[in-house]
Amino acid sequence: MDLADILDRHKGREGPLLPILHDVQATFGYVSEDAIRAIALALNLTRAEVHGVVSFYHDFKTKADPRPVLKLCRAEACQARGVDAVAADLPQDGRVKVETVYCLGLCSVGPAAMTGDTVHARLDREKLKALVAAL
Amino acid sequence: MKVRISDDALALACGADAVADAFAKAGAEVERTSSWGMHWLEPLVDIDGIGFGPVGLADVRSILDGAADALCIGKIADHPFIARQQRLTFARAGRTRALSLDDYAATGGWQGLTKAREIGPAATIEAILASGLRGRGGAGFPAGIKWRTVADAKADQKYIVCNADEGDSGTFADRMAMEGDPFQLIEGMAIAGLAVGATKGYVYIRSEYPHAIAKMEAAARACAHLIAPFDVEIRVGAGAYVCGEETSLLNSLEGKRGEVRAKPPLPALEGLFGKPTVVNNVLTLTSVPWIMTQGAEAYAAYGMGRSRGTMPIQIAGNVRHGGLFETAFGITLGELVNEIGGGTASGRPVRAVQVGGPLGAYHPPSQFDTPFDYEAFTGIDGLIGHGGLVVFDDSVDMAKQARFAMEFCAAESCGKCTPCRLGSTRGLETLDRVIAGDNAADNLALVEDLCDTMKFGSLCALGGFTPYPVLSAITHFPEDFQGRKTS
Repeated sequence: MDLADILDRHKGREGPLLPILHDVQATFGYVSEDAIRAIALALNLTRAEVHGVVSFYHDFKTKADPRPVLKLCRAEACQARGVDAVAADLPQDGRVKVETVYCLGLCSVGPAAMTGDTVHARLDREKLKALVAAL
Repeated sequence: MKVRISDDALALACGADAVADAFAKAGAEVERTSSWGMHWLEPLVDIDGIGFGPVGLADVRSILDGAADALCIGKIADHPFIARQQRLTFARAGRTRALSLDDYAATGGWQGLTKAREIGPAATIEAILASGLRGRGGAGFPAGIKWRTVADAKADQKYIVCNADEGDSGTFADRMAMEGDPFQLIEGMAIAGLAVGATKGYVYIRSEYPHAIAKMEAAARACAHLIAPFDVEIRVGAGAYVCGEETSLLNSLEGKRGEVRAKPPLPALEGLFGKPTVVNNVLTLTSVPWIMTQGAEAYAAYGMGRSRGTMPIQIAGNVRHGGLFETAFGITLGELVNEIGGGTASGRPVRAVQVGGPLGAYHPPSQFDTPFDYEAFTGIDGLIGHGGLVVFDDSVDMAKQARFAMEFCAAESCGKCTPCRLGSTRGLETLDRVIAGDNAADNLALVEDLCDTMKFGSLCALGGFTPYPVLSAITHFPEDFQGRKTS
């Protein structure tokens, strides 16, 4: 699927910008300057408006980053269940991008994390390390 | 032999898929259902109503051989955690397959919508008003009044928007409702649409909930013919906590930055794309089919004071028996934490419970006799919010928690209003000085003053309620702040 297909797919929808950006992010891994230009043209918005939306939401990235991502919940319920200690000795080599998220809705079985659409619970140091190593 | 295992995200995160595969390989018929909500027992295996949990791969053989007494909890429906509940909106939890139209219809599904079609819009709104149902997202505004305002507005197009941007830590009831009983939510939206004259509904789900998104999309497709002319579309958030605020959510749906709008105009009059819009939380809308089917009086018979009906309370954090506990308003915080939750998972004493998400207050055990009720929690400078409880043991550092509240607000502020945008960052810096022992007493006084500004000067609950966790930590746990005064 290329950008034109994505734009075509959402033609005529009410409030199409977020669905378009989700598709662009999923397809290309980021939202490029060129994509912002094309989206702005298609939706009759300014580039500044589209850029403003892209930069507002944590999910949209403006640079490609090929590294695998682990989203680790650092919110209160996972804090209460010891996420800070569990995350303390994560590898610092940067091979895997560890992103902080606030809440995966697994608050009774934390610490919790997500890789892709797969969710993980009851993490301890070993399990988290193994999870990162397997990415 | 039929083996029933949940396919809810929490069960999956605990390894339910592998367990289900192992049962299937061993020749058992496996059925994937919604979750009972007893999370410490997930993956929970249900064989003819008898439960086993938490089940690991190594236990599959012994369960099939009838040699797993240690994991057996007896009849699931009779387990005290379930038997003590009053499940109205979660009546199907654990009992049905989420995407089975047959299961839904066989358990009273669509009867509420049928009733609403029979009695018409005016009587439907009367029923919601009489039930006393208040918005379950946190604000507690009477749902019937909101609906009546939208119904009375004149417009060529109106909308029903379901707020499924459940971002509060310690909450998962929306997720469970969407993953476990998606048709009930859609039925509630269709009833709302009929009542106010809206033909289009949106469910705005946070992107951190991919399983809920998939279930809701499948459910909306499967029942389109049953709710027509009403139409439901699923939209996905993009990782902004503030979009749980209703006006910010509407901006996001419109494809804009999720910035908060000033009110008035109320969304009920000028909401999505400027049209009259009902914005209700998942739990508000999922309460509607029951009210229509069983009657407003039956619903209002539950609860206390002005908090009528039931609340699906979410017990989380450092707690032994975490999960979903739906019960009438009026149960005390202490009963929830100690009797039902069984105290901490770590076995250490409970020191604090945060009620109502990251914007809710921290309560010490001395407040455990407070009944779960909107007004009672307001009375102790707290809030019940979306009904989440996060339990902390005595190893918690409350200055750190206060600091986190400011840090979270700074990270998630939409930037529209100054008290929230700047106040949270200055609050974080000032608390850091308190923690470092730098002129602690004066800086603490400054934090309290700043909280006052944020509370009364912010545009929405993010900046306005961040003072709740901060001030409650300072008020109830002063030793965690004062110990640092000397250096």
